[in-house]
Order: sequence, then C-alpha cells, then structure tokens
Amino acid sequence: MKFGVIIFPGSNCDHDAYWTIQHVAKQPVTFLWHESHDLENCDAIIVPGGFAYGDYLRTGAIAKFSPVMESVRKFASGGGLVLGICNGFQILCESGLLPGALIRNVGLKYVCKPVQVRVENADTAFTSSCGEGEVLTIPIGHMSGNYFCDEQTLAELHQDKRIVFRYCTPEVVITAEANPNGSLDDIAGICNPGRNVLGMMPHPERSGEQELGCTEGFRIFESLVGAMAGQP
Amino acid sequence: MKAYVYVSLKKSVLDPQGKTIQGALKKMGYKGLEEVRQGKYFELTLDGGLNRTEAEAEVARIAGEVLTNPVIEEFRFSLED
Repeated sequence: MKFGVIIFPGSNCDHDAYWTIQHVAKQPVTFLWHESHDLENCDAIIVPGGFAYGDYLRTGAIAKFSPVMESVRKFASGGGLVLGICNGFQILCESGLLPGALIRNVGLKYVCKPVQVRVENADTAFTSSCGEGEVLTIPIGHMSGNYFCDEQTLAELHQDKRIVFRYCTPEVVITAEANPNGSLDDIAGICNPGRNVLGMMPHPERSGEQELGCTEGFRIFESLVGAMAGQP
Repeated sequence: MKAYVYVSLKKSVLDPQGKTIQGALKKMGYKGLEEVRQGKYFELTLDGGLNRTEAEAEVARIAGEVLTNPVIEEFRFSLED
C-alpha cells in the first residue's frame, strides 16, 4: 500500500501531502518526478496543489502533457486510485480524467480560508470513513476553483452520484453564501464513473493534524488507507 | 508568416473578469455598452517551413490542443503572409 506524490515544477503542497501520509497515516510514500513515466508500483497517486509549470496559459494546461500524467492516465484507466487536490483537480480536468473545468473565482480574488463541505457520496474509496451528509471543515486556497461543466455532464454527475463534496454552511445548509467561488451547484469535489479518481478543491493535507487547527481533512487519507487495505 | 489566434470563453460559460470590466466601465460612465467578454490573444510567428495549407492545419492543432480548453473555450485564427 504505497502512495506516490507527484512533483511538478511549481507544486507547493507536495510536501504537505507527503508529510500527512508518512507521519499521520503512517504509510509508505514516495515522490514521483513529473518527467518520469515510472509510478514506482504505487497503489495510490496524489496530484498535489500548487501552480504546476507556473499555471501559465491555464491552470493545468501544460501539466497534462507531462510524462507522469501519461502514466497516471493509464493507471487510472486500470482502476488505480488517483486523488487530485486543488491544482491537482484542475490538472485532472485538463487531462480528461474528470469532466468539466475550473475557471476563475466569481469574486476574482484568491480565496484562502477554512470552508465546510458536505459529503454527498460516502461510497467511494476517498470518503468511506465519512458518513453521507456529514460535514467536514477543510481549508481552501485558490484563484480558480469555480467548477464548470455543460448541462448534460452536470445531469450525469448528479445521476451517478459523482458529486462527492458540496460547499455548505456549518449548519449543513447548501446556500449561495457558503459557496466561496461561484462553483456550479456548489461543487467542491467530483469523481469519475469508476469512482477511482477524485478531484477536490479543499486541501485535506492541510487539515490532517491538530497543530494545523483542524483534523477533518485526514478522513480522506484514512478512507484511502482503508480502501487500499481492503483491496485483494 | 504570422498566425493571430483569438481564444474566447464559450457563450455558455460565465466570464467573471468580463463582467467586472463591464461593471467598471458602466460605473465610469461609458455608454452604449451591453456586454464585455474577456479572452486571450496569441501571435505566432511561423518559421516558413510550412506552406499555407500546412500552416493552417498546424495552427489549428496548436490552438485546439494547447491554447484552448475545449470544455470552456473556443478559438478562431487568421494567417498573414
């Protein structure tokens, strides 16, 4: 049960994810360099937050052409677990592993604060240790977290229960005020049809220890470890 | 040869930047404005190794595969000798 954390030039949450896996989840973990095709037999891949290749042109636009993402696409199509966080979510959308795109926040400002998200689907490898409808407080930090997709895709996401997290108030109400970026239907995270690829804007690796003020993000890693242990 | 590539958000996609500019222009008193949409503009200088037909195909490939995200954006371009 080995985790791999990708490093792109400009990644800046790679060490946070590595730390959380190594010291909090106490699992084997290795860094994966963007120029290498080798996923080193990892069982789960983290596409971390940051500004891959400077996010020039568009967020994730260049990262999708990297050798490592070519391997991640193959890994995911074989059912491998892939978690994209923030910039990682943007990269997974650009790479075609998740539908839709993340556009500029409605307020045009970089938003950095703890938010509440409601777990809409607890039946995934990433949320199995959460309860459906449970609220997690996890920080966000992004400029382009405004999820967009066409109507048909949105209907499919709803129908297949592939919307995994939605922004909500601490009282578990989904309102426009609780939506920090204008995201369509308050979407904070979605998964692919196989439920083995998840993209989310909030940062679970920044909320995995009491010292960071919140531990609820750790539930994502906890779920992943549980899911991997259950695999044959 | 030069290629001028214009990338814009699809009509169905919200453009927060365009909306903000529109609001600002209105506030500043500019008249006759209905909507502002912000886009991107690229000027590609070609090295002369491709004829016009080939250049057209290559620029379309560059614009479609790299310069735009087809989920949210569309493009048009023109070539100039």
